[in-house]
Amino acid sequence: MEMIWKGIQAAIHLLLTGDPEVVEITLLTLKISCSGTLISLLIGIPFGTLLALKPFPGRRFVLSIVNTGMGLPPVVVGLWVSIFLWRSGPFGFLNIIYTPTAIVIAQAIIASPIIAALTCAALQQTDPKLRLQIRALGTTRPQYIWLLLSEIRFSLLAAIIAGFGAIVSEIGASMAVGGNIKGQTRVLTTATVLEVSKGNFDIAIALSIILCLLAYGATLCLTLLQQKQQGGS
Amino acid sequence: MLEAQKITWKQDDKTILQNINFHLLPGECVGLIGPNGSGKSSLLKILAFLEAPTSGLLFFQGHSIPKNVPLAIRRKIAIVFQEPLLLNTRVFDNVAIGLKVRGISKETIRQRVNYWLEQFGVLHLSKQSSRSLSGGEAQRVSLARAFAIEPDVLFLDEPFSALDAPTKEGLRVDLSKVFKTTQTTTVLVSHDFKDISHLANRALILLNGQVAVEGSPSELLRNPQQKDVARFLAYFAS
Repeated sequence: MEMIWKGIQAAIHLLLTGDPEVVEITLLTLKISCSGTLISLLIGIPFGTLLALKPFPGRRFVLSIVNTGMGLPPVVVGLWVSIFLWRSGPFGFLNIIYTPTAIVIAQAIIASPIIAALTCAALQQTDPKLRLQIRALGTTRPQYIWLLLSEIRFSLLAAIIAGFGAIVSEIGASMAVGGNIKGQTRVLTTATVLEVSKGNFDIAIALSIILCLLAYGATLCLTLLQQKQQGGS
Repeated sequence: MLEAQKITWKQDDKTILQNINFHLLPGECVGLIGPNGSGKSSLLKILAFLEAPTSGLLFFQGHSIPKNVPLAIRRKIAIVFQEPLLLNTRVFDNVAIGLKVRGISKETIRQRVNYWLEQFGVLHLSKQSSRSLSGGEAQRVSLARAFAIEPDVLFLDEPFSALDAPTKEGLRVDLSKVFKTTQTTTVLVSHDFKDISHLANRALILLNGQVAVEGSPSELLRNPQQKDVARFLAYFAS
Protein backbone atom coordinates (compact mmCIF):
# COMPACT_ATOMS: atom_id res chain seq x y z
CA MET A 1 0.00 0.00 0.00
CA GLU A 2 2.86 2.31 0.87
CA MET A 3 4.34 1.83 -2.57
CA ILE A 4 1.05 2.78 -4.21
CA TRP A 5 0.66 5.81 -1.99
CA LYS A 6 4.25 6.90 -2.76
CA GLY A 7 3.58 6.37 -6.43
CA ILE A 8 0.50 8.57 -6.33
CA GLN A 9 2.40 11.27 -4.41
CA ALA A 10 5.23 11.13 -6.97
CA ALA A 11 2.70 11.32 -9.77
CA ILE A 12 1.08 14.43 -8.30
CA HIS A 13 4.52 15.95 -7.80
CA LEU A 14 5.59 15.22 -11.38
CA LEU A 15 2.33 16.59 -12.71
CA LEU A 16 2.38 19.75 -10.64
CA THR A 17 6.06 20.56 -11.18
CA GLY A 18 5.84 19.84 -14.91
CA ASP A 19 8.86 17.55 -15.02
CA PRO A 20 10.52 18.29 -18.42
CA GLU A 21 11.04 14.63 -19.33
CA VAL A 22 7.46 13.71 -18.48
CA VAL A 23 6.15 16.71 -20.41
CA GLU A 24 8.28 15.75 -23.41
CA ILE A 25 7.08 12.13 -23.32
CA THR A 26 3.45 13.24 -22.94
CA LEU A 27 3.63 15.70 -25.83
CA LEU A 28 5.33 13.13 -28.07
CA THR A 29 2.66 10.55 -27.18
CA LEU A 30 -0.08 13.03 -28.04
CA LYS A 31 1.60 14.02 -31.31
CA ILE A 32 2.17 10.41 -32.43
CA SER A 33 -1.29 9.19 -31.39
CA CYS A 34 -3.09 12.10 -33.06
CA SER A 35 -1.06 11.64 -36.26
CA GLY A 36 -1.77 7.91 -36.26
CA THR A 37 -5.49 8.51 -35.71
CA LEU A 38 -5.62 11.12 -38.49
CA ILE A 39 -3.91 8.82 -40.98
CA SER A 40 -6.16 5.92 -40.01
CA LEU A 41 -9.18 8.16 -40.65
CA LEU A 42 -7.87 9.04 -44.09
CA ILE A 43 -7.48 5.32 -44.86
CA GLY A 44 -10.35 3.83 -42.84
CA ILE A 45 -13.28 6.08 -43.82
CA PRO A 46 -12.83 5.79 -47.62
CA PHE A 47 -12.12 2.07 -47.34
CA GLY A 48 -15.12 1.46 -45.06
CA THR A 49 -17.29 3.50 -47.43
CA LEU A 50 -16.11 1.46 -50.40
CA LEU A 51 -16.84 -1.79 -48.57
CA ALA A 52 -20.33 -0.61 -47.62
CA LEU A 53 -21.46 0.93 -50.89
CA LYS A 54 -19.61 -0.73 -53.75
CA PRO A 55 -20.41 -4.36 -54.45
CA PHE A 56 -17.45 -6.31 -55.84
CA PRO A 57 -16.45 -9.98 -55.97
CA GLY A 58 -14.96 -11.13 -52.65
CA ARG A 59 -16.36 -8.15 -50.71
CA ARG A 60 -17.54 -10.35 -47.82
CA PHE A 61 -14.12 -11.97 -47.59
CA VAL A 62 -12.42 -8.55 -47.50
CA LEU A 63 -14.92 -7.39 -44.88
CA SER A 64 -14.15 -10.43 -42.71
CA ILE A 65 -10.43 -9.60 -42.97
CA VAL A 66 -11.10 -5.99 -41.97
CA ASN A 67 -13.27 -7.13 -39.06
CA THR A 68 -10.48 -9.48 -37.97
CA GLY A 69 -8.12 -6.52 -38.22
CA MET A 70 -10.09 -4.81 -35.44
CA GLY A 71 -8.45 -7.24 -33.04
CA LEU A 72 -5.03 -7.15 -34.68
CA PRO A 73 -2.37 -7.63 -31.95
CA PRO A 74 -0.16 -4.50 -31.89
CA VAL A 75 2.96 -6.57 -31.34
CA VAL A 76 2.28 -8.44 -34.60
CA VAL A 77 1.90 -5.13 -36.41
CA GLY A 78 5.11 -3.95 -34.78
CA LEU A 79 6.93 -7.07 -35.93
CA TRP A 80 5.85 -6.73 -39.57
CA VAL A 81 6.40 -2.98 -39.76
CA SER A 82 9.89 -3.57 -38.30
CA ILE A 83 10.64 -6.20 -40.94
CA PHE A 84 9.53 -3.86 -43.72
CA LEU A 85 11.38 -0.83 -42.32
CA TRP A 86 14.52 -2.72 -41.24
CA ARG A 87 17.63 -1.53 -43.01
CA SER A 88 17.75 -4.67 -45.13
CA GLY A 89 13.95 -4.69 -45.56
CA PRO A 90 11.91 -3.53 -48.57
CA PHE A 91 11.54 0.01 -47.19
CA GLY A 92 14.85 0.13 -45.34
CA PHE A 93 16.08 2.88 -47.69
CA LEU A 94 13.59 5.25 -46.02
CA ASN A 95 15.71 5.02 -42.87
CA ILE A 96 12.77 5.59 -40.52
CA ILE A 97 13.01 2.59 -38.20
CA TYR A 98 13.25 3.74 -34.55
CA THR A 99 11.72 7.12 -35.36
CA PRO A 100 8.33 8.60 -34.41
CA THR A 101 7.31 8.22 -38.07
CA ALA A 102 7.70 4.45 -37.78
CA ILE A 103 5.45 4.43 -34.70
CA VAL A 104 2.85 6.56 -36.51
CA ILE A 105 2.85 4.08 -39.43
CA ALA A 106 2.40 1.09 -37.11
CA GLN A 107 -0.34 2.82 -35.12
CA ALA A 108 -2.16 3.86 -38.28
CA ILE A 109 -2.13 0.20 -39.35
CA ILE A 110 -3.61 -0.78 -35.98
CA ALA A 111 -6.43 1.80 -36.08
CA SER A 112 -7.35 1.73 -39.80
CA PRO A 113 -9.28 -1.57 -39.68
CA ILE A 114 -11.20 -0.31 -36.63
CA ILE A 115 -12.22 2.90 -38.40
CA ALA A 116 -12.98 1.05 -41.66
CA ALA A 117 -15.09 -1.67 -40.03
CA LEU A 118 -17.09 0.77 -37.91
CA THR A 119 -17.64 3.11 -40.89
CA CYS A 120 -18.80 0.18 -43.02
CA ALA A 121 -21.15 -1.10 -40.31
CA ALA A 122 -22.66 2.36 -39.76
CA LEU A 123 -23.22 2.92 -43.48
CA GLN A 124 -24.78 -0.50 -43.94
CA GLN A 125 -27.21 0.27 -41.14
CA THR A 126 -28.58 3.39 -42.86
CA ASP A 127 -32.14 3.06 -44.14
CA PRO A 128 -32.08 1.94 -47.82
CA LYS A 129 -35.05 4.24 -48.42
CA LEU A 130 -33.06 7.18 -47.10
CA ARG A 131 -30.27 6.29 -49.52
CA LEU A 132 -32.82 6.26 -52.34
CA GLN A 133 -34.12 9.66 -51.18
CA ILE A 134 -30.61 11.12 -51.16
CA ARG A 135 -30.08 9.85 -54.71
CA ALA A 136 -33.47 11.27 -55.70
CA LEU A 137 -32.36 14.71 -54.54
CA GLY A 138 -30.17 14.89 -57.63
CA THR A 139 -26.84 14.25 -55.93
CA THR A 140 -23.62 13.40 -57.70
CA ARG A 141 -21.77 10.33 -56.38
CA PRO A 142 -19.42 12.38 -54.14
CA GLN A 143 -22.36 14.44 -52.82
CA TYR A 144 -24.29 11.23 -52.14
CA ILE A 145 -21.37 9.78 -50.15
CA TRP A 146 -20.80 13.05 -48.28
CA LEU A 147 -24.46 13.23 -47.21
CA LEU A 148 -24.44 9.62 -46.08
CA LEU A 149 -21.25 10.19 -44.07
CA SER A 150 -22.83 13.29 -42.52
CA GLU A 151 -25.79 11.15 -41.58
CA ILE A 152 -23.55 8.68 -39.70
CA ARG A 153 -21.37 11.38 -38.11
CA PHE A 154 -22.12 10.20 -34.54
CA SER A 155 -20.98 6.70 -35.42
CA LEU A 156 -17.88 8.14 -37.08
CA LEU A 157 -17.02 10.00 -33.87
CA ALA A 158 -17.43 6.71 -31.99
CA ALA A 159 -15.05 5.12 -34.52
CA ILE A 160 -12.50 7.90 -33.90
CA ILE A 161 -12.78 7.34 -30.15
CA ALA A 162 -12.23 3.60 -30.63
CA GLY A 163 -9.30 4.16 -33.01
CA PHE A 164 -7.59 6.71 -30.75
CA GLY A 165 -8.15 4.48 -27.74
CA ALA A 166 -6.49 1.53 -29.46
CA ILE A 167 -3.53 3.64 -30.52
CA VAL A 168 -2.82 5.53 -27.31
CA SER A 169 -2.92 2.38 -25.20
CA GLU A 170 -0.83 0.07 -27.39
CA ILE A 171 2.74 -0.80 -26.49
CA GLY A 172 3.89 -3.72 -28.64
CA ALA A 173 4.13 -1.80 -31.90
CA SER A 174 5.68 1.31 -30.32
CA MET A 175 8.33 -0.80 -28.63
CA ALA A 176 9.11 -2.85 -31.74
CA VAL A 177 9.38 -0.04 -34.30
CA GLY A 178 10.28 2.85 -31.99
CA GLY A 179 12.77 1.15 -29.71
CA ASN A 180 11.87 3.31 -26.69
CA ILE A 181 14.77 5.70 -27.28
CA LYS A 182 14.94 8.44 -24.66
CA GLY A 183 14.12 11.85 -26.09
CA GLN A 184 13.24 10.40 -29.49
CA THR A 185 10.70 7.58 -29.45
CA ARG A 186 9.86 7.15 -25.79
CA VAL A 187 6.10 7.40 -25.33
CA LEU A 188 3.98 6.99 -22.19
CA THR A 189 3.32 3.26 -22.61
CA THR A 190 6.93 2.29 -23.35
CA ALA A 191 8.23 4.60 -20.60
CA THR A 192 5.84 3.02 -18.10
CA VAL A 193 7.05 -0.50 -18.96
CA LEU A 194 10.67 0.63 -18.66
CA GLU A 195 10.13 2.17 -15.23
CA VAL A 196 8.31 -0.99 -14.05
CA SER A 197 11.23 -3.14 -15.24
CA LYS A 198 13.60 -0.88 -13.28
CA GLY A 199 11.44 -1.11 -10.17
CA ASN A 200 10.61 2.62 -10.22
CA PHE A 201 6.97 2.11 -9.42
CA ASP A 202 6.37 5.69 -8.34
CA ILE A 203 7.35 7.06 -11.75
CA ALA A 204 5.53 4.22 -13.48
CA ILE A 205 2.35 5.07 -11.56
CA ALA A 206 2.80 8.75 -12.43
CA LEU A 207 3.18 7.94 -16.11
CA SER A 208 0.18 5.60 -16.04
CA ILE A 209 -1.98 8.29 -14.46
CA ILE A 210 -0.92 10.76 -17.15
CA LEU A 211 -1.68 8.15 -19.82
CA CYS A 212 -5.12 7.54 -18.38
CA LEU A 213 -5.79 11.29 -18.14
CA LEU A 214 -4.65 11.72 -21.74
CA ALA A 215 -6.88 8.90 -22.98
CA TYR A 216 -9.78 10.15 -20.89
CA GLY A 217 -9.28 13.79 -21.93
CA ALA A 218 -9.23 13.03 -25.64
CA THR A 219 -12.21 10.68 -25.35
CA LEU A 220 -14.11 13.22 -23.24
CA CYS A 221 -13.59 15.92 -25.89
CA LEU A 222 -14.84 13.61 -28.66
CA THR A 223 -17.75 12.38 -26.55
CA LEU A 224 -18.81 15.95 -25.70
CA LEU A 225 -18.62 16.86 -29.39
CA GLN A 226 -20.67 13.78 -30.28
CA GLN A 227 -23.32 14.47 -27.65
CA LYS A 228 -23.46 18.18 -28.49
CA GLN A 229 -24.16 17.34 -32.12
CA GLN A 230 -26.68 14.71 -31.13
CA GLY A 231 -28.52 17.18 -28.96
CA GLY A 232 -28.23 20.08 -31.35
CA SER A 233 -29.13 18.26 -34.56
CA MET B 1 -43.32 15.95 -70.64
CA LEU B 2 -42.81 12.27 -69.78
CA GLU B 3 -43.64 9.21 -71.82
CA ALA B 4 -43.19 5.49 -71.27
CA GLN B 5 -43.65 2.95 -74.06
CA LYS B 6 -44.21 -0.77 -73.51
CA ILE B 7 -42.47 -0.83 -70.12
CA THR B 8 -41.86 -4.27 -68.65
CA TRP B 9 -40.01 -4.83 -65.38
CA LYS B 10 -38.96 -8.16 -63.98
CA GLN B 11 -37.34 -8.92 -60.65
CA ASP B 12 -35.97 -12.37 -59.88
CA ASP B 13 -37.87 -13.76 -62.90
CA LYS B 14 -41.11 -12.34 -61.54
CA THR B 15 -42.90 -9.90 -63.81
CA ILE B 16 -43.82 -6.81 -61.79
CA LEU B 17 -44.90 -4.57 -64.67
CA GLN B 18 -46.04 -5.67 -68.07
CA ASN B 19 -46.33 -3.66 -71.27
CA ILE B 20 -47.15 -0.33 -69.63
CA ASN B 21 -47.77 2.74 -71.77
CA PHE B 22 -47.89 6.06 -70.00
CA HIS B 23 -47.75 9.74 -70.82
CA LEU B 24 -47.73 12.88 -68.74
CA LEU B 25 -48.62 16.30 -70.11
CA PRO B 26 -47.18 19.57 -68.73
CA GLY B 27 -49.17 20.87 -65.78
CA GLU B 28 -51.29 17.79 -65.19
CA CYS B 29 -51.43 15.56 -62.15
CA VAL B 30 -51.82 11.89 -62.99
CA GLY B 31 -52.81 9.45 -60.30
CA LEU B 32 -51.62 5.84 -60.22
CA ILE B 33 -53.87 3.72 -58.09
CA GLY B 34 -54.26 0.05 -57.43
CA PRO B 35 -54.31 -2.51 -54.65
CA ASN B 36 -51.16 -3.60 -52.82
CA GLY B 37 -48.75 -5.40 -55.15
CA SER B 38 -50.31 -3.98 -58.30
CA GLY B 39 -46.98 -2.41 -59.29
CA LYS B 40 -47.83 1.28 -58.84
CA SER B 41 -44.79 2.14 -56.71
CA SER B 42 -42.56 0.12 -59.04
CA LEU B 43 -43.91 2.09 -62.00
CA LEU B 44 -43.21 5.34 -60.15
CA LYS B 45 -39.59 4.27 -59.52
CA ILE B 46 -39.14 3.54 -63.22
CA LEU B 47 -40.78 6.80 -64.29
CA ALA B 48 -38.59 8.67 -61.78
CA PHE B 49 -35.45 6.95 -63.16
CA LEU B 50 -34.69 5.19 -59.88
CA GLU B 51 -34.94 1.79 -61.55
CA ALA B 52 -34.22 0.81 -65.13
CA PRO B 53 -36.97 -1.14 -66.93
CA THR B 54 -36.24 -4.63 -68.21
CA SER B 55 -37.60 -3.54 -71.59
CA GLY B 56 -39.39 -0.55 -73.02
CA LEU B 57 -38.57 3.07 -73.70
CA LEU B 58 -38.69 6.23 -71.62
CA PHE B 59 -38.81 9.75 -73.00
CA PHE B 60 -38.39 12.93 -70.99
CA GLN B 61 -39.17 16.27 -72.63
CA GLY B 62 -38.87 14.57 -75.99
CA HIS B 63 -35.49 12.96 -75.34
CA SER B 64 -34.97 9.22 -75.08
CA ILE B 65 -33.64 8.22 -71.65
CA PRO B 66 -30.53 5.98 -71.61
CA LYS B 67 -29.90 3.36 -68.93
CA ASN B 68 -27.50 5.70 -67.12
CA VAL B 69 -29.75 8.71 -66.68
CA PRO B 70 -27.77 11.97 -67.03
CA LEU B 71 -27.53 14.06 -63.86
CA ALA B 72 -29.06 17.07 -65.64
CA ILE B 73 -32.25 15.06 -66.23
CA ARG B 74 -32.29 13.54 -62.74
CA ARG B 75 -32.15 17.08 -61.37
CA LYS B 76 -35.36 18.02 -63.17
CA ILE B 77 -37.43 15.75 -60.98
CA ALA B 78 -38.27 15.52 -57.28
CA ILE B 79 -39.70 12.64 -55.27
CA VAL B 80 -41.62 12.47 -52.01
CA PHE B 81 -41.94 9.03 -50.49
CA GLN B 82 -44.41 7.56 -48.04
CA GLU B 83 -42.03 8.27 -45.17
CA PRO B 84 -40.57 11.79 -44.92
CA LEU B 85 -36.97 10.46 -44.97
CA LEU B 86 -35.43 13.61 -43.58
CA LEU B 87 -31.73 13.89 -42.82
CA ASN B 88 -30.65 14.16 -39.20
CA THR B 89 -30.20 17.93 -39.27
CA ARG B 90 -32.26 21.12 -38.97
CA VAL B 91 -35.49 21.54 -40.93
CA PHE B 92 -34.01 24.45 -42.90
CA ASP B 93 -30.99 22.39 -43.96
CA ASN B 94 -33.22 19.51 -45.03
CA VAL B 95 -35.17 21.72 -47.40
CA ALA B 96 -31.98 23.43 -48.59
CA ILE B 97 -30.14 20.21 -49.43
CA GLY B 98 -31.54 19.75 -52.95
CA LEU B 99 -30.63 23.34 -53.76
CA LYS B 100 -27.15 23.09 -52.23
CA VAL B 101 -26.23 20.08 -54.35
CA ARG B 102 -27.28 22.09 -57.42
CA GLY B 103 -24.84 24.86 -56.48
CA ILE B 104 -27.53 27.53 -56.01
CA SER B 105 -26.50 30.75 -54.26
CA LYS B 106 -26.99 31.06 -50.48
CA GLU B 107 -29.38 34.00 -50.77
CA THR B 108 -31.62 32.21 -53.29
CA ILE B 109 -31.56 29.10 -51.09
CA ARG B 110 -32.60 31.13 -48.05
CA GLN B 111 -35.47 32.80 -49.92
CA ARG B 112 -36.73 29.62 -51.56
CA VAL B 113 -36.50 27.49 -48.43
CA ASN B 114 -38.37 30.05 -46.35
CA TYR B 115 -41.00 30.47 -49.07
CA TRP B 116 -41.74 26.75 -49.31
CA LEU B 117 -41.67 26.18 -45.57
CA GLU B 118 -44.26 28.94 -45.31
CA GLN B 119 -46.38 27.44 -48.08
CA PHE B 120 -46.61 24.23 -46.12
CA GLY B 121 -47.11 25.99 -42.78
CA VAL B 122 -43.87 24.87 -41.14
CA LEU B 123 -41.71 27.99 -41.36
CA HIS B 124 -41.80 28.31 -37.55
CA LEU B 125 -40.02 24.94 -37.33
CA SER B 126 -37.13 25.92 -39.59
CA LYS B 127 -34.48 25.90 -36.83
CA GLN B 128 -35.72 22.71 -35.20
CA SER B 129 -34.12 19.33 -35.58
CA SER B 130 -35.90 17.06 -38.05
CA ARG B 131 -35.95 14.41 -35.29
CA SER B 132 -38.27 16.55 -33.16
CA LEU B 133 -41.08 16.76 -35.75
CA SER B 134 -44.40 14.94 -35.74
CA GLY B 135 -45.27 12.71 -38.72
CA GLY B 136 -47.42 15.38 -40.35
CA GLU B 137 -44.84 18.13 -39.84
CA ALA B 138 -42.07 15.93 -41.22
CA GLN B 139 -44.11 15.13 -44.35
CA ARG B 140 -44.78 18.85 -44.86
CA VAL B 141 -41.03 19.47 -44.67
CA SER B 142 -40.47 16.65 -47.14
CA LEU B 143 -42.96 18.26 -49.56
CA ALA B 144 -41.32 21.68 -49.08
CA ARG B 145 -37.97 20.06 -49.91
CA ALA B 146 -39.38 18.66 -53.15
CA PHE B 147 -41.10 21.88 -54.24
CA ALA B 148 -38.04 24.00 -53.36
CA ILE B 149 -36.16 22.29 -56.19
CA GLU B 150 -38.88 23.62 -58.56
CA PRO B 151 -38.94 20.32 -60.43
CA ASP B 152 -40.28 19.83 -63.94
CA VAL B 153 -41.95 16.66 -62.71
CA LEU B 154 -42.88 15.83 -59.13
CA PHE B 155 -43.42 12.24 -58.01
CA LEU B 156 -45.46 11.57 -54.89
CA ASP B 157 -45.32 7.97 -53.66
CA GLU B 158 -48.19 7.51 -51.18
CA PRO B 159 -47.31 10.76 -49.37
CA PHE B 160 -50.30 10.61 -47.01
CA SER B 161 -50.48 6.93 -46.14
CA ALA B 162 -48.45 7.18 -42.94
CA LEU B 163 -50.60 10.03 -41.56
CA ASP B 164 -53.71 9.99 -39.40
CA ALA B 165 -57.00 11.10 -40.96
CA PRO B 166 -57.14 14.78 -39.80
CA THR B 167 -53.45 15.39 -40.61
CA LYS B 168 -53.93 13.73 -43.99
CA GLU B 169 -56.95 15.89 -44.79
CA GLY B 170 -55.13 19.12 -43.86
CA LEU B 171 -52.11 18.25 -45.95
CA ARG B 172 -54.28 17.22 -48.91
CA VAL B 173 -56.02 20.62 -48.83
CA ASP B 174 -52.70 22.50 -48.64
CA LEU B 175 -51.19 20.42 -51.42
CA SER B 176 -54.22 21.03 -53.59
CA LYS B 177 -53.76 24.81 -53.12
CA VAL B 178 -50.07 24.55 -54.04
CA PHE B 179 -50.94 22.57 -57.19
CA LYS B 180 -53.42 25.24 -58.25
CA THR B 181 -50.78 27.97 -57.83
CA THR B 182 -47.79 26.18 -59.31
CA GLN B 183 -49.38 23.88 -61.92
CA THR B 184 -46.61 21.41 -61.11
CA THR B 185 -46.60 18.37 -63.37
CA THR B 186 -47.12 15.48 -60.98
CA VAL B 187 -47.40 11.71 -60.76
CA LEU B 188 -49.26 10.73 -57.60
CA VAL B 189 -49.26 7.16 -56.36
CA SER B 190 -51.88 6.21 -53.81
CA HIS B 191 -54.00 3.27 -52.73
CA ASP B 192 -56.71 5.71 -51.60
CA PHE B 193 -59.00 6.89 -54.37
CA LYS B 194 -59.89 10.00 -52.33
CA ASP B 195 -56.32 11.28 -52.75
CA ILE B 196 -56.54 10.76 -56.49
CA SER B 197 -60.00 12.30 -56.88
CA HIS B 198 -58.93 15.38 -54.85
CA LEU B 199 -55.64 16.01 -56.59
CA ALA B 200 -55.40 14.26 -59.96
CA ASN B 201 -56.78 15.30 -63.35
CA ARG B 202 -56.40 11.80 -64.71
CA ALA B 203 -56.05 8.37 -63.13
CA LEU B 204 -54.62 5.03 -64.18
CA ILE B 205 -55.78 1.95 -62.33
CA LEU B 206 -53.15 -0.76 -62.15
CA LEU B 207 -54.06 -4.38 -61.57
CA ASN B 208 -51.49 -7.19 -61.61
CA GLY B 209 -48.76 -5.02 -63.13
CA GLN B 210 -50.87 -3.76 -66.01
CA VAL B 211 -52.91 -0.63 -66.67
CA ALA B 212 -56.50 -1.86 -66.37
CA VAL B 213 -58.27 1.42 -67.15
CA GLU B 214 -57.49 5.09 -67.57
CA GLY B 215 -59.66 8.21 -67.32
CA SER B 216 -60.72 11.09 -65.13
CA PRO B 217 -61.28 10.01 -61.52
CA SER B 218 -64.98 10.87 -61.53
CA GLU B 219 -65.52 9.09 -64.85
CA LEU B 220 -63.81 5.96 -63.52
CA LEU B 221 -66.05 5.93 -60.48
CA ARG B 222 -69.15 6.26 -62.66
CA ASN B 223 -68.04 3.76 -65.26
CA PRO B 224 -65.28 1.38 -64.10
CA GLN B 225 -65.41 -0.54 -67.44
CA GLN B 226 -64.11 -3.82 -65.95
CA LYS B 227 -65.34 -6.14 -63.23
CA ASP B 228 -62.05 -6.18 -61.34
CA VAL B 229 -61.84 -2.38 -61.45
CA ALA B 230 -65.44 -2.05 -60.27
CA ARG B 231 -64.69 -4.41 -57.38
CA PHE B 232 -61.62 -2.36 -56.43
CA LEU B 233 -63.44 0.98 -56.71
CA ALA B 234 -66.55 -0.21 -54.90
CA TYR B 235 -64.86 0.41 -51.56
CA PHE B 236 -64.25 4.08 -52.38
CA ALA B 237 -67.70 4.67 -53.93
CA SER B 238 -69.45 3.89 -50.66
